[in-house]
Amino acid sequence: MSFRGLPASLEAIRRVREDPHRLGHRAHAPGEPIEGAGHGTTGPASKRILVGYGFWIFLLSDIVIFSCFFAAFAVQKHATAGGPTMSDLVEIDRLAWQTAALLLSSYMCMLGFAATQVRNRLWTQVFLAITGLLGLAFLLLEIQEFVDLAERGFTPQRSGMLTAFFGLVGLHGLHVAVGGLWLATMMAQVQVKGFRREIVHRLICFNLFWHALDIVWIGIFTIVYLIPSRP
Amino acid sequence: MFGKLDWSAIPLSQPLPLITSFVLILIVIGLLILITVKKWWPYLWHEWITSVDHKRIGVMYCLLGVLMLIRGFADAIMMRTQQAAAINAAGYLTPEHYNQIFTAHGTIMILFGAMPLVLGFMNYLVPLQLGVRDVAFPTFNSVGFWLTASGALLVNVSLFIGEFARTGWLPYPPLSETAYTPGVGVDYYLWAVQISGIGTLITGINIVTTILKMRCPGMSYLRMPVFCWTALASCLLIVATFPILTAALAMLTLDRYVDWNYFTNTAGGNPMMFVNLVWAWGHPEVYILVLPAFGIFSEIFSTFSGKPLFGYRSMVAATLFICIVSMLVWLHHFFTMGAGAAVNTFFGISSSIIAVGTGVKIYNWIFTMYGGRVRFEVPMLWSLGFIFTFIIGGLTGVLLAVPPADFLTHNSMFLVAHFHNVIVGGVVFAVFAGLEYWFPKVFGFELHRAWGKAAFWFAFVGFWVTFAPLYVLGLLGMTRRLQHINIPEWGPWLYVSVAGVGILILGVISQVMQLVVSIRDRHKLRDVTGDPWDGRSLEWATPSPPPFFNFAVMPNVEGEEAYWGIKLRAVETQQLAPEPRYEPIEMPLHSGVGFFTAFFTSVFGFAMVWHIWWLASLALVLAIAGFVVFAWRDKHEFEVPVEEVARVDRARRLAREAALARLSEQGALP
Repeated sequence: MSFRGLPASLEAIRRVREDPHRLGHRAHAPGEPIEGAGHGTTGPASKRILVGYGFWIFLLSDIVIFSCFFAAFAVQKHATAGGPTMSDLVEIDRLAWQTAALLLSSYMCMLGFAATQVRNRLWTQVFLAITGLLGLAFLLLEIQEFVDLAERGFTPQRSGMLTAFFGLVGLHGLHVAVGGLWLATMMAQVQVKGFRREIVHRLICFNLFWHALDIVWIGIFTIVYLIPSRP
Repeated sequence: MFGKLDWSAIPLSQPLPLITSFVLILIVIGLLILITVKKWWPYLWHEWITSVDHKRIGVMYCLLGVLMLIRGFADAIMMRTQQAAAINAAGYLTPEHYNQIFTAHGTIMILFGAMPLVLGFMNYLVPLQLGVRDVAFPTFNSVGFWLTASGALLVNVSLFIGEFARTGWLPYPPLSETAYTPGVGVDYYLWAVQISGIGTLITGINIVTTILKMRCPGMSYLRMPVFCWTALASCLLIVATFPILTAALAMLTLDRYVDWNYFTNTAGGNPMMFVNLVWAWGHPEVYILVLPAFGIFSEIFSTFSGKPLFGYRSMVAATLFICIVSMLVWLHHFFTMGAGAAVNTFFGISSSIIAVGTGVKIYNWIFTMYGGRVRFEVPMLWSLGFIFTFIIGGLTGVLLAVPPADFLTHNSMFLVAHFHNVIVGGVVFAVFAGLEYWFPKVFGFELHRAWGKAAFWFAFVGFWVTFAPLYVLGLLGMTRRLQHINIPEWGPWLYVSVAGVGILILGVISQVMQLVVSIRDRHKLRDVTGDPWDGRSLEWATPSPPPFFNFAVMPNVEGEEAYWGIKLRAVETQQLAPEPRYEPIEMPLHSGVGFFTAFFTSVFGFAMVWHIWWLASLALVLAIAGFVVFAWRDKHEFEVPVEEVARVDRARRLAREAALARLSEQGALP
């Protein structure tokens, strides 16, 4: 591992060296705990660990919200009230493009963070912009899908199944939209303020958020679109 | 322009809410004038409203909770008197008003009374007990509090403008759907609970992170005070289950605002899905409340018995056991749904098993007292009253957990008596015990004991006289939420219950008197040592009230009962530990973002209730803008100079040395 571009403080370098995977202790050794990891013997964790940890817990709670909407879909997927069934809704081509756009955006987001790690502002901004554009593409495809469905009369008011479908997919879309606004704010902050400590922390959180949305999308893709649309 | 809002929203035809509104508005205006005349605004703004200090936020949470407890108690008085007055008569409340009152009573007592109190205790105590200077995210802490306050505000606004829900404290569909409840009552409920729920989630995340990642050196998991363990379990439940409430209420909102079909009884909606979701939150919710209460009692039993807590590890295990099993029992709230024998059996057994964890705790508390030198101070009286009351409440709960028995008592007054038995006996008693116990720490002077004892005995006797008759009424077949009664045989029991409310009112008066008398005598009652009860955990190592940075030097913990160890060593060696090397301290800057956001969130909620779309959009944008502006701030922390740290800590050391000298004069040392 090269040290060029790592956080300037010796303390941070020491921690990365001793604990490359952020385990809180030396890998594969019971050894003594690392300072700043938040384990009982050494006192409070560093701000970076606190922020990441807290955000993970937020993400878990967010995933609980998604799981409720998944559960509602599972309960209501046959409650079509004489209306369309899932297989009438799915358009595999658009679904493939959507998935490709979102997964690729996650990859770009990761590249953006790699650039952040070496404190390269230009490439961070470039990758974040591509992330945002791919997210936008995903959203536009989703809006197109919803408009198409509405034009065919398949609105959430039509049946319990459509309610659950629009609710779950729409909730994910709402998250992507909010993530997009967040991303724009982060790009502005990186541009104006550079890689200050708290801004890097926020970028870490944004990365976690964006990847989590991908994971949720995999669930939606499989459980909402693929399985119920099997002939 | 103003959506559904017009002059008909003001309850001009109903004298009761109208007069209450006027009186409340006058009180608020009077307070505002007083603050302005006395020029208290700068103090309030800088020291409280924009404060990110966990102690200040904890105090504000408790204040909110106490105010809401009083509001909920007023509702309770009306319900008891209405039922006693309405035996083969009309009573004095119309059915519409009565239904709003029992809905408001439940909502306010659980979500805006008990929750803020419990969150307030956790906020105040967890960092102090862990030996650190603040929670993990101080500014978010302020946001969480103000969002809770925003929800409480919306509930109370519904008293003046419009109406509150008439559906019961959990708005079951299809009754709560637009088709059957077209008014704004349910909408007020939805937005108030949704907004405060987000605040609670923020606090939950904050405290979990604080406990798991921010402890002073040496404070390993099994050295944490039991209150921290229960706070952790409670906040894990908040993180795991408040999102379910958020989701369920969001679905109901979609049903009501844009005619979706989650819970309708037409077009494939499924009302029982709401009941399942809401109780998947609702049952853990009662453990969110009662687990910290158990923590408070654990601290008190140990301190006032002069012994370490009996079975500390089993206490921790029982706490985590309850934390997990509490998520597996929700269906016992609706055994009558007809889920089938197998499902009901599973939930019946899991509901009974959870009593095992609680039983372990009860025995631990009893064994803590055994062989101890028990001091019957006011907090200890509440705790003993709790053991007696809670055991009865728990046992009736086990009766209700048996599905065939539950079919007979479902939705009866027996159930009402049971859950008041556990929530009043468990949570409310704990809150009062805790207020008595930590009041000297928070405000620097002790509370008057005689008034405190009077308050306990009135409350304890009043509780039983109020609720014991309800068990009988339930077994006689009386269902809950009756607006009037046409079976005269129930009369005597209802009258006894009203008499009990009268005794409870005496208890409330004593409690207020205790506060008034103690504030009057505050100089006489001053707590100079910072350790008035001979405490055992780290909050007692600080002066009373603690400085805003809590600890001048982070303590180094070397065993269980961190402060007890420090104290023993000081007593044995006849001196304090040598003066540490002081260093400047970094503390977070105050921030108005919480108040700002919550203000616009309140406006947003109000506008959504009345369908004022432009105002809702504007308020939402401003609330989010507040965060962006906050994120643009360059400076997040300020440095406390080393002289200031040293000055505060030397004053503390002087007080401790004086206390130590007093002890050896009295010959109390070994």
